[in-house]
Amino acid sequence: MEPIAPILELKGLSKAFGGLKVTDDVSFKVMPREISVVIGPNGAGKTTLFNQITGHLRPDSGRILFKGQDLVGRTTQQIVALGVGRAFQVASLFLGETVLDNIRVACLSKLDQTRKPLRPVSDFKRATKRAMEILDSLGLARYAARQAHELAHGDQKLLDIGIALALEPVLLLLDEPTSGMSPEERHLTRELVRKLWKDFNLTLIFIEHDMDTVFGLAQSVRVLQSGRLLAEGPPEEIRKNQDVITAYLGEEVA
Amino acid sequence: MPSKPKTANTWYLLIFLVLFSLVPVLKTTNYQMLLAAHVLVWGLFAVSFNMLFGVTGMLSFGQALYYGMGAYGAGLCVKYLGQAWFFPGMALGIVLAAVTAWLLGHLIIRVSGVFFTMLTLAFGQLGWQVMFKWYSFTGGDDGVQNIIPPGLFSNKVIYYYLVLALVGASIWFLGRLSASPMGLILRCVRQNPERVRFLGRRVRRNQQRIYIISSLFTALAGGLMSGVDYSIHTDMFYWTTSGHVILMSILGGIGQFFGPLVGAAVIVTIEDVVGAFTEYWSLIIGTVMLVMVLGLPRGLMGEISQLWTRLPGRQQALTTREEGN
Repeated sequence: MEPIAPILELKGLSKAFGGLKVTDDVSFKVMPREISVVIGPNGAGKTTLFNQITGHLRPDSGRILFKGQDLVGRTTQQIVALGVGRAFQVASLFLGETVLDNIRVACLSKLDQTRKPLRPVSDFKRATKRAMEILDSLGLARYAARQAHELAHGDQKLLDIGIALALEPVLLLLDEPTSGMSPEERHLTRELVRKLWKDFNLTLIFIEHDMDTVFGLAQSVRVLQSGRLLAEGPPEEIRKNQDVITAYLGEEVA
Repeated sequence: MPSKPKTANTWYLLIFLVLFSLVPVLKTTNYQMLLAAHVLVWGLFAVSFNMLFGVTGMLSFGQALYYGMGAYGAGLCVKYLGQAWFFPGMALGIVLAAVTAWLLGHLIIRVSGVFFTMLTLAFGQLGWQVMFKWYSFTGGDDGVQNIIPPGLFSNKVIYYYLVLALVGASIWFLGRLSASPMGLILRCVRQNPERVRFLGRRVRRNQQRIYIISSLFTALAGGLMSGVDYSIHTDMFYWTTSGHVILMSILGGIGQFFGPLVGAAVIVTIEDVVGAFTEYWSLIIGTVMLVMVLGLPRGLMGEISQLWTRLPGRQQALTTREEGN
């Protein structure tokens, strides 16, 4: 039987700002449909890693293979078109637009209809229908006509994920999906992310500090420290890994 | 700029067209009609400018370049080729403006914020210098007089209705554009360019597109003005002209599609009414602007629309209607 190819493969990825190595020879493979998490102390290079995958930063060396194609040197636009989506640590929205339009503009982008100058946005039935479906699956449909800035913090983060979903990604990167949320909201978001993963056939990589979310959601864990990959494996192994406990987890889960 | 329910903007446009089409019927002097024509032309100029500034977030301080090109296209063609060349000259000016905007856009849209503003100012002033110094061709600061539109349109009332029709159609088009997916992506470019890249869209390409569209309608406004005033002058290229539409837009409300039009009407009227009494009319404009920016930062139309949405029950009605479709 032919082995399944990884959907994302990092090979010897390195990036330094001056003398500071923010990504230090990082290699790993992510399999299709995997839910994996990247953890590590602040400044370990987690978001920097995401920035390299999505074309914001160009790595100094190494390769990023997505479905076999190297992403290094491609623009963000091209990478998005290949099927990599991203939600941001601080919700990145169009705050003056309605909740519906935040998603709808992404649907219109996906359908390549953002150059149409004459018909009103509401005439674009396909994009509108799709946007409402996504709002439904996020539980935000009742806020469709509100302005995005009126939403509560947690709902703004969901809307951010919604914008990414509207672009129909294969691989979705979530940067701290539960940051700034109450324990209750975290629980709901966790369940929602799991549901989205199933419904949208996603491969997920997320950055997280909340250990309940890390161990409650991830199928595999990767630990970064000072830009290096310290450990990787299934959650049970990582929980017991002495290096990781010393470096990062500490008393919290021991 | 929130996308207003389209009915509201359609009503504004209708009211605007009806009001201005009554001017030649109700006027007591020709001068009132001239004033109304000025409001129309400046209104189109300001609305076009606001597609850049209020909608897309690009503060151009050099739109006078395109306004002047439209005006000088018509004016110089009449001067050298004769009256019949008025409309072809205007078309030539508009095409030249669009081509210039396309070329310049490649240069200046690379930078953003205050650097973009400074570059637009620099190129605007360059254009003014050329027109000012090239006396043998442009007449320098003497300008060109006796630019009278040909045939039927030499009649002031008929030309007024032509201006109204073209301004009305242009504003209708720009209004449609604001409410369309293209308008939506432009507002998104203003609010969060980084996220727009993450929609797989190109920020600069969208900025370039609206820069050309805005400049094209600005040139149309300039061309029409040459036939309203029967003359052109180098001030049309000067930076104060660019500054004028910025004031108009802010006064009327840059977050509202019709804001700049209202701002144009107010400023043109103040200049005229106050200007009749004192040469210090710019003092009045300055005071009005001060009060507006400090007290009513959303501009006239912005504050009106704010009152409207605050009316009890209104918010609810909006919510249910949007969800219904």
